[in-house]
Amino acid sequence: MTNNVETTEMITCVIDGFEVTVPKGTLVIRAAEKLGIQIPRFCDHPLLDPAGACRQCLVDIEINGRAFPKPQASCTIPVETGMIVKTQLTSPVADKAQKGIMEFLLINHPLDCPVCDKGGECPLQNQAMSNGRPESRYEGVKRTFEKPINISSQVLLDRERCVLCARCTRFSEQIAGDPFITLNERGALQQVGIYEKDPFNSYFSGNTVQICPVGALTGASYRFRARPFDLVSTPSACEHCASGCDLRTDVRRGKTLRRLAGEDASVNEEWSCDKGRWGFKYISSRERITTPLLRGTDGELHEASWPEAIAAAAAGLAGKRAAVLTGGRLTTEDAYGYSKFARISLGTNDIDFRSRGNSVEESEFLAAIVTNLSTTYRDIDKADQVALIEFDPEDESPIVFLRLYKQSRKRGLKVTTLASHSSRGSEKLGAIRINNISELSELTAKSVILVGERAHETPGLLSSVAALAQQSGAKLGWVPRRAGERGALFAGALGNLLPGGRPVTDAAARVDIQSAWGVSTLPAEAGRTTDQILRALDRSELGAVVVGGVDPMDISSEALTSMLNSFVVSLEISHSAMTAIADVVLPVATVIEKSGSYLNWEGRTRAFDRALEDSLTRSDVRILSMLADEMKRPINLPTVAATAREIESLGHWDGATVTAPTQSLAPEVIPTGNQATLESWRLLLDLGTLQQGEENLAGTARPATVVISAARAATLGVVDGNSVSVTHERGTITLPVAIGDIADEKVWVPRNSIGSQSIVTFGAGRGVLVTVVKA
Amino acid sequence: MAENSEINKREDFGLAKAESESAPITEQVAGSFFKQLQGFWVTFITMFKKVNTVQYPFEKAPTAERFHGRHQLNRHPDGLEKCIGCELCAWACPADAIYVEGGTNTPEEQYSPGERYGKVYQINYLRCVFCGLCIEACPTRALTMSNEFELADSTREKLIFEKEDLLAPLRQGMLQPPHPMYPGSTDTTYYRGEVPGSHPSQETNSHA
Repeated sequence: MTNNVETTEMITCVIDGFEVTVPKGTLVIRAAEKLGIQIPRFCDHPLLDPAGACRQCLVDIEINGRAFPKPQASCTIPVETGMIVKTQLTSPVADKAQKGIMEFLLINHPLDCPVCDKGGECPLQNQAMSNGRPESRYEGVKRTFEKPINISSQVLLDRERCVLCARCTRFSEQIAGDPFITLNERGALQQVGIYEKDPFNSYFSGNTVQICPVGALTGASYRFRARPFDLVSTPSACEHCASGCDLRTDVRRGKTLRRLAGEDASVNEEWSCDKGRWGFKYISSRERITTPLLRGTDGELHEASWPEAIAAAAAGLAGKRAAVLTGGRLTTEDAYGYSKFARISLGTNDIDFRSRGNSVEESEFLAAIVTNLSTTYRDIDKADQVALIEFDPEDESPIVFLRLYKQSRKRGLKVTTLASHSSRGSEKLGAIRINNISELSELTAKSVILVGERAHETPGLLSSVAALAQQSGAKLGWVPRRAGERGALFAGALGNLLPGGRPVTDAAARVDIQSAWGVSTLPAEAGRTTDQILRALDRSELGAVVVGGVDPMDISSEALTSMLNSFVVSLEISHSAMTAIADVVLPVATVIEKSGSYLNWEGRTRAFDRALEDSLTRSDVRILSMLADEMKRPINLPTVAATAREIESLGHWDGATVTAPTQSLAPEVIPTGNQATLESWRLLLDLGTLQQGEENLAGTARPATVVISAARAATLGVVDGNSVSVTHERGTITLPVAIGDIADEKVWVPRNSIGSQSIVTFGAGRGVLVTVVKA
Repeated sequence: MAENSEINKREDFGLAKAESESAPITEQVAGSFFKQLQGFWVTFITMFKKVNTVQYPFEKAPTAERFHGRHQLNRHPDGLEKCIGCELCAWACPADAIYVEGGTNTPEEQYSPGERYGKVYQINYLRCVFCGLCIEACPTRALTMSNEFELADSTREKLIFEKEDLLAPLRQGMLQPPHPMYPGSTDTTYYRGEVPGSHPSQETNSHA
């Protein structure tokens, strides 16, 4: 578990006559792999605890001259000095034992291979060919079950295909911490089952489908859609959150059919969350925009040609003071395109990637602190304590959660969380919940502080976090929700930053960029934040806005109306609230249709290539480049590759940064009576734009509930499951209640779930006073 | 030695034999004249035998029982389609003539028993070589070949047969899918051939 190679004891053993030296504790099956000897297996998985469930990996073992009387499962036995192992290659006994086990496994295994999803990439199929008997001797009737049964709305189980390896149950217990499935019954009737009361609504259930060594678990959205040899696979990166998962995109006939978790030991290991795995239907949505659209004199959008649309956009932007809003979902290259477009073509620093709540304090925090952060997953692995500040890892960055869970399970990693209440995720981590950052203690240089994007909602919190990290020497990580935020920050898509973390107000930094871009001047004044831009648009201080992938409802309920009087150029993939008010709509490519890279929360580059070769859509940066050419202020970024090269040549700023914010924490207003302060965050599976159209995924979303304290519940006279109404002067949310460890004066609702969209209903995600009454 | 004779044989190229047989007919034995007469006799006697020529297209002769003709997508006795959209026919096809897209049956729209049905089914008869491998591959006997062989047409498009061109006609007692499965049945009941025909309760969705 530790990475100190010097202190690890090495052991030498002999496998099939070859000597191999491995660290103490290595399993025989793994030591054999090191020699290139493949022992067949089903239940063994390097990231799961050994189970010895399938018995397929039987080998002959002898220690110091004393042989085991029977073949042993090599996936459960660690190597020892003087051990002599004979695999199926050298021992007829082991070979016969393996063939016998294979025969047993196949007795009740149906001949579904021709129609089974796994056929063609099935370990059982492959190993039956390599290590099984060529002919079946079984003439009886195979055991059958009704098939398939829904384990959840996403995962289907064909019980007769199961070889009882327990990989799925071990995964959900050991990796995800959601032991919703288990092996029921015994003997031939043994099967994977769910608890009737507690459905398999894990955020990580898709991994069980991927690690199932037979086709017993299948994904509802991929079932019977294709066979492995139909698919064209491309390594890609996940566009959903800042975890930065390595994914594989499988395309057939121009359609994405599935995405699998890729292997990256330093990031997602072999896992991914269900959102990343199944949330790709938006790509082939009917709402996709395929041609440029222009708003005509009749007030409707009409299809237009590219030259027409670009000319109209350029004409509309000419002579106006314009700003740029980029959603947090852009690749670094695209964000760089917007950044350069704003500075050169629009001559402004009014650009902000935060299509959510934001503050000046956060801008300063990002510019001063986050651009230089280098905390990684490895630091979590080695941490003595992890403090989560307004950050719920399971909902907001699931792979960070898996890392935390792994460490908390293995070595009882201490996790402290500053949150309104203990979520399911923090309960699984055994996190200690605190109400105030001053309660954080025992932070050392080995500790890790992970601060979420919601921290800006508490004025002064980011300043305190920065100061605390400075004081204690603890490693600091900023984990935004969206995949493109860290990259956009690096690309300078922020009012006070130029690319590479260069402060706008620093003359030397500007000269750096001026010479790189070949321009004589750059605007020297720090730009507005998203909120300030919207206010300026509302007051007509700004006349135009270029918007890339922003849902105005993520920012505030007024965002859309404040843009109504301005000239709006929208670069979008699908029809949305934004395109409904835009004057020019330019269609852009989705992640599978373009190449590019993201920076995950660590600042690690997650580059990917396009999965669809013959797509006609283009990346944002290419379109901005065309627009800039039309405006006669070119940005010269014709391709994504050229953009990536330019970003690389700029490098990171090593001069002085802006000063960190030093705002002090404001005392919170304590409401009384049936009033409460609103708290919320987004659940992983909710009404997010990129999850649209995937009903199976939505089926496993956690139900929306109002979380109140036991005392408040007693006052209201409600118990778990009763409905309560949360009312603000703008609207009401009525949901079933869940009693939690939330402070008495607070109430929590999901920010963007079915029946609970706090920004739409209340106009705010946090901090407003609401009234809670029994419904 | 053996090697030498081999070479000699090869170098000869059968010339010696040819030379001996190419001698003028007068020099051949008398029996060969009767052999020629025998040949003429065959021609002559054929004039009095039954004629095999069929006056196609004015007359049509039945094909052999297992003739590989145009494909047909069969139905279960109640009218549900047998095709489950598994694409095995497309995979078996050596000419890449078959294109299948599967769809998911829903309780409201059930086209075949079980989970899946063939949503798009095309056979390109410009490519098809009538080998019958698709028929062997079909797990539900949904695809069989008929005896129809008149498949000429004037455009390429017309020779790509769609699902509606290939589907077997509705016979007595069959209902046009989509309609629900026979009451109390499962897909296994269908595959075992235990569904006798349509049931009045299945008509509910037939006109939807």
